[in-house]
Amino acid sequence: MTSIAIPTGMPQYDDVPRFDVARVRADFPILDREINGHPLVYLDSANTSHKPRQVLDVLGEHYARHNANVSRSVHTLGTEATEAYEGARAKVAAFLNAPSTNEVVFTKNSTEAINIVAYAFSNASLRADADPRFRLGPGDEVVISEMEHHSNIVPWQLLCERTGATLRWFPVTDQGRLDESGLENLVTERTKIVSLVHMSNILGTINATSRITARVREVGALLLLDCSQSVPHLPIDVVDLDADFIVFTGHKMCGPTGIGVLWGRGDLLAAMPPVFGGGSMIETVTMARSTFAAPPARFEAGTPPIAEAVALGAAVDYLTGIGMRAIQWHEKELTAYALEALGSVRDLRIFGPTVPVGRGGTISFALGDVHPHDVGQVLDSLGVQVRVGHHCAKPVCSRFGVPAMTRASFYLYTTTEEIDALVTGLEQVRKVFD
Amino acid sequence: MQLDQLYQEIILDHYKHPHGRGLRDAEDSGDHVAEAHHVNPTCGDEVTVRIATDGAVLHDISYDGMGCSISQASASVLHELLRGRGAGEAFEVHEAFVELMSGRGQVTPDEDVLGDGVAFAGVARYPARVKCALLPWMAFKDAAARAGVGVSPEVKA
Repeated sequence: MTSIAIPTGMPQYDDVPRFDVARVRADFPILDREINGHPLVYLDSANTSHKPRQVLDVLGEHYARHNANVSRSVHTLGTEATEAYEGARAKVAAFLNAPSTNEVVFTKNSTEAINIVAYAFSNASLRADADPRFRLGPGDEVVISEMEHHSNIVPWQLLCERTGATLRWFPVTDQGRLDESGLENLVTERTKIVSLVHMSNILGTINATSRITARVREVGALLLLDCSQSVPHLPIDVVDLDADFIVFTGHKMCGPTGIGVLWGRGDLLAAMPPVFGGGSMIETVTMARSTFAAPPARFEAGTPPIAEAVALGAAVDYLTGIGMRAIQWHEKELTAYALEALGSVRDLRIFGPTVPVGRGGTISFALGDVHPHDVGQVLDSLGVQVRVGHHCAKPVCSRFGVPAMTRASFYLYTTTEEIDALVTGLEQVRKVFD
Repeated sequence: MQLDQLYQEIILDHYKHPHGRGLRDAEDSGDHVAEAHHVNPTCGDEVTVRIATDGAVLHDISYDGMGCSISQASASVLHELLRGRGAGEAFEVHEAFVELMSGRGQVTPDEDVLGDGVAFAGVARYPARVKCALLPWMAFKDAAARAGVGVSPEVKA
């Protein structure tokens, strides 16, 4: 790559921040494992990422040294736990460039975060005095897209069933891009919320949102971006992104399972009715009625996943230490390499963009007519871990006329050698099934 | 892992050259025909199994579907093993196959009962694939219940 002379005045290769992949890999204990007698080749980070020692240590340390419930104790341990939990919130807020720490709501995962917004709409729709931005009824519309994960489809289907609103969606082009050609007719004065995936978990497509955002603002709707696949892999600045809500999950970004984030504009969170009722989310409670705490506490009923949040803070520190821009470029190079390598495999069809532009390091494909389950099984026998199936995005599979796909996905610890192992493994799949 | 234990030649043969594939009408117009369509929600595999029976004998078992080698080969084996059998006999084979697949590789299959089905003994060691192998057999059970033969699906495995 460096042998190609880039004309002076153009961005140079070394202008891009980089990191030492071997050193990063040394931070992840699981990468030393062998699978079926072969070195682990983990190409399923879009499903869940591995965790570096720095995160595992913080998780263990929290339980070993600082364990207590948060936001309710005056004792020392309770104070330490609360400081760690709120400290994690501040880290996440800084990571997103959120204007206020109080705009970060901890959830269980992206799915729960989307459901909180959907149920806030639902609850607001039952009250005449609720904020009109959240009131939905017959004649109103919710807009999603055909490339959503089920978690950004089903909550809206259910919301529309409850309220009588209509669900509409952006189609997907043959190239696996969002088809924005019908934007003006799709997003209209009837639209109350547009909920879109930022980066597709199956096609790898990264959606350019500025045109959509402009239209959303024009018609006075709200915009939620499902950033489950983008926050772990590229720098995200919520001010720059100009969405109203974003959601993502900790376990895909080197953090633990059981912790996710709903980020919302402060004034919108303040206008949203609560969804889960219980401890921590109240202002005062009488037997007849209750009043509610300000966000984010309003949306965090019950004891939260404290250690998980603290460890997510450690994951944010870890990623920030390496640099999100460096991670983004590492994956861009891997993606370019993988697209070319997979393109050389006979009878392999890639679903989604085949150029490393406007896409991330998640590549789904078909190998002839060999079923993805069989592809995955043979690859597993060689230590190569890929995801097979419909990837919780059945409409995308239907769109491309297949019941399932095989998916390889990359992260900061992925190497080109691992992509070579995938390509070699695919030759082995051929030998079994040809 | 021993890949060839999972992908036995018999399984690959049934997958590449399925026996009796395609949904058929009953040859005897007096037969009762019923079918069941099953999907595996985790992978999207689908199979439809149709039974033509006079109530005592399963005159035809036809099927169609799409899915992995294990699920499609299993449908082919099911067709071959159970077509033309008496209902009671067919359910004994069904039970033996379900037992084999639930045995985590600890059950020694009886070739006299299961025929080519013994090749699936290796599949039982792969929990992620057991559902694939069972998919057509579960569809068969439902189709049989709808055709009014055999025992209630709630009672049998």
